[in-house]
Amino acid sequence: MKGFEAPDFMAMDGLLTPEERAAGATVRSWVEERFLPVIEEHNRAGTFPMELVPEVAKLGVFGANMSGYGCAGMSNVAYGLIMQELERGDSGLRSFASVQGALCMYPILTFGTDAQREKWLPAMVRGEKIGCFGLTEPDFGSDPGGMRSRARRSGKGYVLNGTKMWITNGSVADVAVVWARTEEGPVRGFLVERGTPGYSARDIKGKFSMRASVTSELVLDNVEIPEENLLPGTEGLRSALMCLNQARYSIAWGAIGAAMACYDTALRYAGSRIVFDKPVAGYQLVQQKLVWMITEISKAQLLVLQLGRLKDDGRARPDQVSMGKMNNVHIALEIARMARDILGANGIIDEYPVARHLCNLETVKTYEGTHDIHTLVIGEAITGLGAYR
Amino acid sequence: MKIIVILKQVPDSETKIKVKGDGSGIETDGIKYVISPYDEYAVEEALKLKEKAGGDSTVTVVSAGPDRTVESIRTALAMGADAAVHVNDPALEGADSLGVARALAKAIQDNGFDIIFAGKQGIDQDNSQVPSAVAELLDIPQVNIIAKFEITEDKSKATVSRRIEGGEETIETSLPALFGCEKGLNEPRYASLPGIMKAKKKPVKTVDLAGLGLDAGEVGAAGSHVKILKWIPLPERQAGKILQGMETAEASKELVRLLREEAKVI
Ligand SMILES: Cc1cc2nc3c(=O)[nH]c(=O)nc-3n(C[C@H](O)[C@H](O)[C@H](O)COP(=O)(O)OP(=O)(O)OC[C@H]3O[C@@H](n4cnc5c(N)ncnc54)[C@H](O)[C@@H]3O)c2cc1C
Repeated sequence: MKGFEAPDFMAMDGLLTPEERAAGATVRSWVEERFLPVIEEHNRAGTFPMELVPEVAKLGVFGANMSGYGCAGMSNVAYGLIMQELERGDSGLRSFASVQGALCMYPILTFGTDAQREKWLPAMVRGEKIGCFGLTEPDFGSDPGGMRSRARRSGKGYVLNGTKMWITNGSVADVAVVWARTEEGPVRGFLVERGTPGYSARDIKGKFSMRASVTSELVLDNVEIPEENLLPGTEGLRSALMCLNQARYSIAWGAIGAAMACYDTALRYAGSRIVFDKPVAGYQLVQQKLVWMITEISKAQLLVLQLGRLKDDGRARPDQVSMGKMNNVHIALEIARMARDILGANGIIDEYPVARHLCNLETVKTYEGTHDIHTLVIGEAITGLGAYR
Repeated sequence: MKIIVILKQVPDSETKIKVKGDGSGIETDGIKYVISPYDEYAVEEALKLKEKAGGDSTVTVVSAGPDRTVESIRTALAMGADAAVHVNDPALEGADSLGVARALAKAIQDNGFDIIFAGKQGIDQDNSQVPSAVAELLDIPQVNIIAKFEITEDKSKATVSRRIEGGEETIETSLPALFGCEKGLNEPRYASLPGIMKAKKKPVKTVDLAGLGLDAGEVGAAGSHVKILKWIPLPERQAGKILQGMETAEASKELVRLLREEAKVI
């Protein structure tokens, strides 16, 4: 059968540079040939394919839109296409890359010292060191400002106390970027290395969503870290939000990949499934669904392309990134549900990727700022009135 | 070592080919082009040899084709090739294998070479003539359809294997020589993202037939010895017949009858 081709109804390909096209193409082949054959097994087992990390690193995916320290130095649009292709595989794979690049390498590059950059970035590009990002707490998700984690000065360093929850890659990470409130008041970022006494990670079990991704609880019990583990450039929650802004951008693209996988599956299925003597694709009600899917995918593609160009120009506003994340995850989730519907009973088993994407997207809707929180961000931007409280 | 790879850009094997209404060719609109898969083995083998030979070894890609070919050339550069020569001349549109081989051979000669890798055939027209013709024109030995490649320490000889009916044939040849690569020879690497960025800055020399000192009237379509008269699409597949509502024994009997009397295959 004909292999997957990223739908490109509005001929967006022509708006891309040759490097951007090549970046998408090389990651697409890798996902197709190396990742898709193993994902269902990992999803069932609830494991992330760690054995493939060296290959992802060799492709140059980690921090691909950053420069120096061995990073590929690609445009944000190329990076977006890479994220789209990864998430066409699985949201867990894209999450792994987002956390490593946008949530860990980015803060080290942006807020870290030269020594911190030298120590971590080249090894993280090569996938030899894995990072995680600990902001959310059991009682504070949408409102991280309420966090209870504390960093207390002690001699030549800090003592960290607190609990972080829902942390992607937590138990497999060599280094955690942990956010904690200091005695002086502002929240700051700290690097906590695996093996530091008092620091432990425990995996969260029983997930229906993001099964092929490690999600952990981090416990910080009087964790002593040296002064040089403070990310000196961090100044308040603002710094954490800057990281999230990078990761949200990658989600805005990634969600399209999941949507494409669902659309492609539904389109093929509808074309070959005969019901009442003809393919279900031949019925108006089904066509309406397929048309809605491809229309929304096309709109989403153009939205993130413009967002990427703005970002490359240094002009992307956080509320524009919010619109990308909010809209694209929303339509991806709707597309996954419609695809599930079109597949009938076959939509609920893992012979097809649809239910997996559908379940994953429920997480994607929630993390990195829920759909509703992004709605409030945009609402505040256009009305000037904050509606969070 | 000067390592050469001959590379052809072809429609993706998954492209649905549509023949033009007047039978003069295929519809090119919407076709996705890729490196001919066998040529990827050639690129990989060349890169492996470069890594092994070390020193100032270089891999140069030589390809003939229209403007769009550059994208495939860049992919090979992103995989790790160092430079490329792109023979781009409208007169080559419709040229036969010999014409293309003459252009490639001249470009290779002008560049200099110690060893040449090609795919065993292009997956578009499957002629499998260009590699042999290039070797002939350069007056060097050639072994096509190789599945294993080894080179002696002093790089004067290569030992290669070909899969043959029921076994394997091992051939030793002096160098320079040309090798046509077969699936299984290696596992082509993916173009990496940093590789894609580096490829932007690698030299791609574009030449036309005149630039190679060749006569377009002779080498191009005009001088072609082989002419494609007409392209005819395959007939539409007929719908199959399904035997339903019968016991197995009865159905098998009917199936045998149909195969014998209608399909006439047994
Ligand atoms: C698989 C997975 C991986 C994750 N990975 C990470 C990670 O690596 N690092 C990390 O720090 N976090 C991570 N998270 C946490 C994630 O970012 C949070 O779950 C998210 O921010 C939402 O927080 P919450 O779950 O506490 O929801 P809550 O904040 O409790 O929200 C519950 C509901 O209330 C709504 N709501 C909240 N506030 C308002 C308001 N003001 N007005 C209207 N509605 C409101 C929300 O939209 C939501 O619908 C991950 C989560 C999951 C599920």
